[in-house]
Amino acid sequence: MTTIIEQEAAPKLTAKDFASNQEVKWCPGCGDYSILKQVQTVFPDFGIPKEDIVFISGIGCAARFTYYMDTYGMHSIHGRAAAIASGLKGLNPKLSVWVVSGDGDAFSIGGNHFIHLMRKNFDLNYLVFNNQIYGLTKGQYSPTSEKGKVAKSTPYGSVEEPFNPSELALGAKCSFVSRSLDRDPKHMQMVLKRAHEHKGTSFVEIYQNCPVFNDGTFFAFSEKETKQEQSIYLEHGKPLLFSNGTKGIKLDGTRPVIVNLNENGNSASDLWIHDEHDKTKAHIIAGFFDTEYDGVHFPRPFGVIYSEDRPTCEDGMEQQIAELTARKGKPSLDKILSGDKTWTIL
Amino acid sequence: MESIVEQNVGHDTTLIEAESIVIRFSGDSGDGMQLTGTQFTDTAAFFGNDLSTFPEFPAEIRAPIGTTAGVSGFQVNFGSKEIFTPGDEYDVLVAMNAAALKVDLPRLKRGGIIITNTAGFDKKNLGLAGFPDGVNPLEDGSLEDYTVHKIDVTKFTKECLAGSGLGMKEIERSKNMFVLGLLFWMFDEPMEYTINFINEKFAKKQDIADANIKTLKAGWNFGDHTEIFTTRFHVAPAKLPKGTYRNISGNHATAIGLVAAAELSGLPLFLGSYPITPASDVLHELSKYKTSNVKTFQAEDEIAAICAAIGASYGGGLGVTTTSGPGMSLKTEALGLATILEIPLLVINIQRGGPSTGLPTKTEQSDLMQAMYGRHGEGPLPIVAASSPADCFNTVLEAARIAVEHMTPVICLTDGYIANGSEPWRFPTKDQLLPINVTFATEPNGPNGTFLPYKRDEKLSRPWAKPGTKGLMHRIGGLEKAQETGNVSYDAKNHEAMTKLRAAKIEKIADYIPLAAPDSGKSTGKLAVLGWGSTSGAIKTAVRELLEEGYDVAHIHLRHMNPFPKNLGELLSGYEHVLIPEMNCGQLSQLIRAKYLVPAESLSKVQGLPFTTSELKNKILEILK
Repeated sequence: MTTIIEQEAAPKLTAKDFASNQEVKWCPGCGDYSILKQVQTVFPDFGIPKEDIVFISGIGCAARFTYYMDTYGMHSIHGRAAAIASGLKGLNPKLSVWVVSGDGDAFSIGGNHFIHLMRKNFDLNYLVFNNQIYGLTKGQYSPTSEKGKVAKSTPYGSVEEPFNPSELALGAKCSFVSRSLDRDPKHMQMVLKRAHEHKGTSFVEIYQNCPVFNDGTFFAFSEKETKQEQSIYLEHGKPLLFSNGTKGIKLDGTRPVIVNLNENGNSASDLWIHDEHDKTKAHIIAGFFDTEYDGVHFPRPFGVIYSEDRPTCEDGMEQQIAELTARKGKPSLDKILSGDKTWTIL
Repeated sequence: MESIVEQNVGHDTTLIEAESIVIRFSGDSGDGMQLTGTQFTDTAAFFGNDLSTFPEFPAEIRAPIGTTAGVSGFQVNFGSKEIFTPGDEYDVLVAMNAAALKVDLPRLKRGGIIITNTAGFDKKNLGLAGFPDGVNPLEDGSLEDYTVHKIDVTKFTKECLAGSGLGMKEIERSKNMFVLGLLFWMFDEPMEYTINFINEKFAKKQDIADANIKTLKAGWNFGDHTEIFTTRFHVAPAKLPKGTYRNISGNHATAIGLVAAAELSGLPLFLGSYPITPASDVLHELSKYKTSNVKTFQAEDEIAAICAAIGASYGGGLGVTTTSGPGMSLKTEALGLATILEIPLLVINIQRGGPSTGLPTKTEQSDLMQAMYGRHGEGPLPIVAASSPADCFNTVLEAARIAVEHMTPVICLTDGYIANGSEPWRFPTKDQLLPINVTFATEPNGPNGTFLPYKRDEKLSRPWAKPGTKGLMHRIGGLEKAQETGNVSYDAKNHEAMTKLRAAKIEKIADYIPLAAPDSGKSTGKLAVLGWGSTSGAIKTAVRELLEEGYDVAHIHLRHMNPFPKNLGELLSGYEHVLIPEMNCGQLSQLIRAKYLVPAESLSKVQGLPFTTSELKNKILEILK
């Protein structure tokens, strides 16, 4: 805990300290601006020296994020940020590593690295700016675009089912699954803090509006006319409530049911209490996406869907080395060069 | 075999003193021929012979039993003189079944010895090997030019282990020990080395250890007591340079080279790798050295493997990735990233027959052009190539040195032949190895306390500032960058300038590497044989033999494939002819012809097999005449 004392002695950083000298070049109105602002806002609270923070990104609009943070950073190649971050964290577990990705980068070209990162559980944070479209290549449908999406490459509509990123992450054994959105700064700050505090791979899906190629795609969840009916905010230990607290969700066995608390016989005490650590229930909540129960559509969940403490990959690597060294010692290079079986010619 | 003395040692057995002998162990994939060959090799090495080996096995783990597709071979050339190749033809062929005889008979010397397991020549095995119905080569006189020993190894092994309590499957599995014991007797090699090996390997299964040792001794006694064998051979220890030796394969030497690079540079080593033949052994071997500042990471795919290594290098480690041709193709985009990032990285390609899956277990040198030009955009990189199993060690160290001292990815080429082959190695001690100089940036290097990540030094290389270093926060990436600041730049002139700077940095490495010189022969003359990589042993043997015969020929061997040694063009122009033998369709010869305008002639072989000495000698003589 000595590090904390040292950090407290140093003057506290501000959001401005995390802004690099590079001009931010996203389109006007892009949701990425809000995400950048929230990240820069919460980082001073983490108390990590700037030199210990690294942003690794792939390719796409989101990936430019790296250039705008005054930390260490690498803007790498399409889809591979997870693999690069794994090597970096594996080599130096002391660094605070943040991956910034988009829906195409994370789930399409980087899909393999995404699932394996979740499984391996390096202690790093994986932010996906999901705008359900390819922005930088000017408007093709993405692996999260809804079926029927009319885009540049699908003039007659996409015929493919989209990924539900939360279910994908859970299926890949992710130890921290969450969702937030660009138009709710306070909520995003909360989720970012939770992601930072979680030891293991923290997956943060952020709904992000693309005003140019997919404007308004998440407005149902962010705008006040529809937000209360269409979204549900999760809090650990609290009942699943939405629609200004007038509706809730209860479990009938493993089947979720929406109940109207204003109707007779329905009480908040019967509602499902959110337990972040319950994986079975996390799967059900994550399914509030395109799964319907008895023809009823459920509100989209935001917040921490699932979290679990389990050993990280880099700790496993280090522990194994420590145990082996304690048991066998470190052989000298000369011993390694000679091996066990030698002969001498005089 | 080159014999020197013959003497009668009683029991009607003659002991022949031989200068060198080539044995080919051949059998079904499940017959344990690789283990038998390795044990024989280690014994010969341990008792002082020089040697070279050539394991050759099918791509299938268990191809259909008894077929020619399933034949697994191990060739060893051991001698009392210096040995540089596993031998063109063999003196002795051990054929455990009909298929093995069929596949490997063509390269047995006329008059050579055949040792067969007759149980592998029954009707079923003959049929599986494709012999016509009723034809048995052991019975039809077709082998009368050879000395054939027909032994029912399977039956003797069963009899030897009757009552051992082992199941029939385990008993059958011991039959290679009978053959090994017999060969130890025949070649006057002691059994102790293998007995120790068996006791260590089966330390927790004493019954299996006992059975193997019993069978091994039974094989020896069979040779000693029956009067079938009238000749034994002895190969005296080789007169190698004084020193302490070990036997080592190329992949093992590569792994140890990486451990040494970590120690000499003081950098933590991080290997990102994905299993692929014939490179996996480097991952296996290196993962045993975790207490030596080594981390190994089996990635989800080839791309992740190199990307993880890039991440580790960015973090201030020595990032390494090992692979073979198809994996190399997958890594190419990331290699482009490492090139523009200008960070140290070792990419080791253990070449095999291609394209695509090609010949996974066979050797080839056909990825040279890929290493030279196989990236999008202008992205030259340094390339080094290993020339023998033990030389993999030196080559890997050289690659690591260039990578960290010149801030660049380096491609290191070996191939399946030297990766799996082995030879005695007079290993160095740590104090004989040069340190690898690493400098991390710790202070700002620009005006007003700024850090310029792309400011270049006299080598044209940029500073290496690892995350965690206070005050040097900076961003790098795949987009073109402005000179010095490294900020994103789309400026036309800047792109051209950066392209040329990156190329000049690689070209400048030539100032720091040794000049080319002949390995044997004169530095001017009639014919130079220019080689690279694993052809070294065969070229060396061919050229030395021809020099002894009085021919005007020289051998020049390249380790640095890019940049070439500065004097290479001048050196080559001093010969009337330049011959370039390669296990590809002439890739180095194209490079040499294009760069130096020398009328180099290509000798190409793409059969998944190394050159034989006689192939090279014939070609050299054809040019000289």
